[in-house]
Amino acid sequence: MPVDVRLPTVLRQYAGGQATVKANGATLREVFEDLVLQFPQLHGQVVTEDGALHKFVNVYVNDDDVRYLDKLDTKVTGSETISILPAVAGG
Amino acid sequence: MLRLRDSAYAVMIGHCYDGLPLEACGLLAGPLGSSNVTVAYPTANAAASSRVYTVDPRDYLRADRDAERRGLVILGVFHSHTHTDPYPSPTDVAQAPDPDWHYVLVSLRDEAPMTRSYRIVDGKISEEPVVLVGR
Repeated sequence: MPVDVRLPTVLRQYAGGQATVKANGATLREVFEDLVLQFPQLHGQVVTEDGALHKFVNVYVNDDDVRYLDKLDTKVTGSETISILPAVAGG
Repeated sequence: MLRLRDSAYAVMIGHCYDGLPLEACGLLAGPLGSSNVTVAYPTANAAASSRVYTVDPRDYLRADRDAERRGLVILGVFHSHTHTDPYPSPTDVAQAPDPDWHYVLVSLRDEAPMTRSYRIVDGKISEEPVVLVGR
């Protein structure tokens, strides 16, 4: 079952302007791979070339920051909502 | 030009003073595609520092969901500078996440708070006027 992935405004331009898209996968990594297959311009925006979560984004499964779960290996069943938001910091 | 509703401005300035002696931060929301901030969301500074800030990721998620319920989107971020000018630091520029956002700085250096807003696109900073509006 596909999961809903909520995109931040800055990434919507790469997904035809959609705020929420659907993607398939048993883990977050697979979900993001499916997302890039659907929307190639999202390549490199969430997952780095080295296959890690980009440090400029925060990803949540429902209410939980995946850095405190299993990061990209976090399992999803299809009932979750995944949210991507920019990591906002400065000086 | 950034149009800031009075009530959002009051929330933002109050949160900046509440955060002293640390930098405070928060998010600004309004209708998609506009420069009209109608709601300010105070967030915790996860860096807990007087020199840098990190918007607490959980607070961001909560703000984003509340904004969505109201039919709004996050239009920008504000943070305080406790002892320096309200001008973006090199860190602010390097870490600016969205070229469409408004970057609002509140300096608490002087007796009265000083608020400035900037656009940061491809590392270039440009100041924009800030106008306070009533309901």
